[in-house]
Amino acid sequence: MKLLGKKYPHNFIIGAVITGIMLLLIIVGFFYTPYDITKMDSASKLAPPSLNHLMGCDNFGRDIFSRVLKGMGNTFVIALLTVLIGAVTGTVVGALTGYFGGWPDEILMRINDVLFAFPSILLALVFVSIFGTGKYNVVAALGIAFIPSFARIVRGEFIKYREMDYVKSARLEGVGTLRIIFVHILPNTFTVLMSSLMIGFNNAVLAEAGMSYLGIGVQPPDASLGSMLSESQTYLLSAPWYAIFPGLMIILLVLGFSLLADASA
Amino acid sequence: MTKRGKNVLFVSMLLTLTIALGGCAGDKEAKDSNVVEQSQTADTGESAQSADAETEADADSHITIGIPQDLDSLVPSLSQGAGTQEILFNIYEGLIKPDSDGNLIPAVASDYTMSEDGLTYTFTLRDGIKFHTGNDVTVADIKYSIDTCAGLNGGEPVISAFSNIQSVETPDESTVVITLQEPSSSFLAILATVEAAIVPADAEDLQTNPVGTGPYRFVSRSLQENVILERFDEYWGEPANIKNITLKVLADSDSIVMNLEGGAVDMVARVTATQAAELGDDFEVLEGTMNLVQAVYLNNAAAPFDNELVRQALCYAVDKQEILDFVSDGKGTPVGSSMFPAFGKYYIEELSDLYATDIEKAKELLEEAGYPDGFSFTMKVPSNYQQHIDTAQVVAEQLKQIGVTAEIELIEWETWLSDVYQGRDFEATVVGLDASTLTAGAMLSRFQTDAHNNFINYGNEDYDTAYANELAAEAASDDEKATEYYKECETILAETAANVYIQDMCELVAIRKGYAGYEFYPLYIQDFSKLYITQ
Repeated sequence: MKLLGKKYPHNFIIGAVITGIMLLLIIVGFFYTPYDITKMDSASKLAPPSLNHLMGCDNFGRDIFSRVLKGMGNTFVIALLTVLIGAVTGTVVGALTGYFGGWPDEILMRINDVLFAFPSILLALVFVSIFGTGKYNVVAALGIAFIPSFARIVRGEFIKYREMDYVKSARLEGVGTLRIIFVHILPNTFTVLMSSLMIGFNNAVLAEAGMSYLGIGVQPPDASLGSMLSESQTYLLSAPWYAIFPGLMIILLVLGFSLLADASA
Repeated sequence: MTKRGKNVLFVSMLLTLTIALGGCAGDKEAKDSNVVEQSQTADTGESAQSADAETEADADSHITIGIPQDLDSLVPSLSQGAGTQEILFNIYEGLIKPDSDGNLIPAVASDYTMSEDGLTYTFTLRDGIKFHTGNDVTVADIKYSIDTCAGLNGGEPVISAFSNIQSVETPDESTVVITLQEPSSSFLAILATVEAAIVPADAEDLQTNPVGTGPYRFVSRSLQENVILERFDEYWGEPANIKNITLKVLADSDSIVMNLEGGAVDMVARVTATQAAELGDDFEVLEGTMNLVQAVYLNNAAAPFDNELVRQALCYAVDKQEILDFVSDGKGTPVGSSMFPAFGKYYIEELSDLYATDIEKAKELLEEAGYPDGFSFTMKVPSNYQQHIDTAQVVAEQLKQIGVTAEIELIEWETWLSDVYQGRDFEATVVGLDASTLTAGAMLSRFQTDAHNNFINYGNEDYDTAYANELAAEAASDDEKATEYYKECETILAETAANVYIQDMCELVAIRKGYAGYEFYPLYIQDFSKLYITQ
C-alpha cells in the first residue's frame, strides 16, 4: 500500500477518501434512512432541498436523500455480486483453459469470443427479457455478461506463467495440478486481477444504472440510482435536484473506484 | 418441451436473430426514410404543376404524434389494444362510425334503415367511395368484411356479438342487407367499431399493407419505432387538414416530456398532470376525460383474490381521492364499478362511495378471511403507462397500512397483452379498460363467467343471470328493463369487489402551439383528421 501511495499519491488518496465516504453512506443506508423511502407526502411534492429534506423530494413527496442512500446500497450490492460472479467464474474458466490449453481451450475461448462480441448490456437485456425483470435477474444477467473479460485476462496470465521455470520444477517435484494452478500461479495474477476487478465494478455500476434506467432493474417503489435518474427525467427543468443528486452519486462512486484502480495498476 | 428447454431454444434463436438482424438495421432505416422522401417529392411535384403556394405549404404540413405503444395489429378485426384501435380509427371505417358527440354517423354506407321487427338492416353504399388503393368500394367488399367478423366465411366469429348475424345479402350493386337472428339494440354501435371496418375483399395482407377508406392512408411502419400516415386525398368526407403524420412510439413514459420539449414530438394525447405541469409555454394542455375505468384488476381465480372478503378489504384500504391527488393533482372521477360517467343513464355514481376508506374495517375483513398478518402479491404494470405506474406505487403504499405487501413488476405492453390479458397469468394488474362502443355491454360483457375476454376470471352466477336477463330485455327492445339489468350487473361487480376500482382518468392532451383542433370523443379515440395548423 505504501509503495502504491508513493507512486500515485494524489490519485490514491482522493480515490480512497471518495470511496470511503461512499461506502460509509452505503453502510449507513442499510441500517438507517432519515425517512421511510416509500413514505409519500402530498405536501412536499417536488420540494426543493431544505434542512428537512437535504436533497429535496420527488413527485410523490418522498425524501430523495433517503432514496439515494437506499438506492446506492442497491446499486452497490448489484454491482458487487455481478463482479463476483464474473470474476470467480471467469478466473476458474481462464485458469483451467490457460493452464491446460488444447481443444477445450479452443472451444471455451471461441464461446468466450462470441459472448465478448456482444455489448454486455445487450446480452443482459436478452437475458432479462426471457427470465423477467428484477434485482436478482439483473445480477445474474450482468454477472454472466462479465465472465468473458475476466476469463480472457486470467487465461493470458496463465499462458505466460505455465512455462515458467518455477512451475516446471514444481511439476517435476510432483505437485498436484490443482495446487499448481491455485496456489503457485493464481496469486501471481492478483495485481492484474485487482485492477480489472475495480474497472469491472465500475462497469457494473454503470450497467446497473443503465438497466434500471431502462426500467428492467430494481422495480418501483424500491430505488436504485439508475431508476431514480430515469424517473427524474420528467422533472429535469422544474426539479433539477431530483436528477442531480442520484447522478452525482453515480459519478462519485465510479470516480472513487477509477482512481483506486488507476493507483493500483 | 420443458420450460427450461424452451427458454434455451428461445435464447439461441434470439441470439441468432440479433446477429442476423443487427446487420440489416441500418439499411432498413435508410430504406424507410427513402419511402417517405419519395412520396413527398412526388407530392411536391404535383403541387408544383398546379403552381399554388398554398398547396405547397399544405404538402409540407406535418405533425409528429407520440403514442405509448406500437400497434398490436394493423388488421382491424384482429386489433386488441385500445391504443391500437384509436389509431386505426383514422385509417379504417365501418359502415357507420361514431362522431365526437357519441352519435353514429354514416360512413361507408351513406344511409341505412332498420326494419320494424329490428331484425333487418338495409345499408346503401356511399356513391363513389374509394379505398386507399383507388379502387371503388363494392358491396362484395362489405359482405366479405362483415362475414369475416361474423365468422360466416368459416372460422370463429371475430366479434362475438356478431354471431347474432344470420346473413349478409347484396341484392344489387349498392345495397347490403344484414339480417339478425335476434333483435339487438347494440348492433349498430358494434358495427361502428374499428373492428368491424370495411376492408377490400381482395386485400392480400392487411398486416403489412393496410387498406381502408379512412381520412388517412398507411405509408410505412418501423416496428417499435414509428408509423407514417398520409392524407387520403380521395376521401369521401371532409378531407383531413394536415398532410403528413408520423406516429412515434414512446415506449418509455419517462421520456415523454423530453420528447415534447425537445421538439421530437408535437402532440401526446395522454400525459400525466405532473408531465403537463412540466411543459413550457410552447404547449397547450387540453383537458377531457379518458373514458375508461382504471382499477387494480384482480385475478379472481388466484388465491387469495378468490376470496371476496380479501378483495373487499383491499377496496376499503385504497383511498381513491388520495391516488388522484398524488397522480393527477386531484383531476379525474372516482368510480366504483366497471362503468364511467360518459355512459349517462347506465352510470351509477353512488357506487364510488361503496367502500369509503376504512383501515380498521379492512383489517377485520382480512382477519375474517384468514389473513390476519396480511399477505403479499405482485402487480404487473405496463411500463409504458406512467399513470398506471404512479397509481400502482400509491396503491402499494396504501396497502401497507393493512399489512399487505404489493410488489410492482413493470412489464412491456406486448408482454402485458400476451401474459396478463390473454394468458391470464397474473395476480393483479393496474390498467384502464375502455369501451369500444357506447353500449353498456362493451364494459360489462367481459365479466360473464365464460366470456372469452374475462381475463380476471370473474365468476358469479347472479351476474351471469342478470346479464342474460339484460340480453333478453334487449332482444325484446325493452330499453328500460335493459338499463335496469345493466345497473344490476354494475352493482354486483361493486358489491363483490371484483376489482379495486379507482377512477375514470382525466385526459390531458399536450399539443404544441401552432397546432389545434384536437377533439375529445366519448370513446377511446384520437381523430387526426380534425387537427390543423394555425399559422
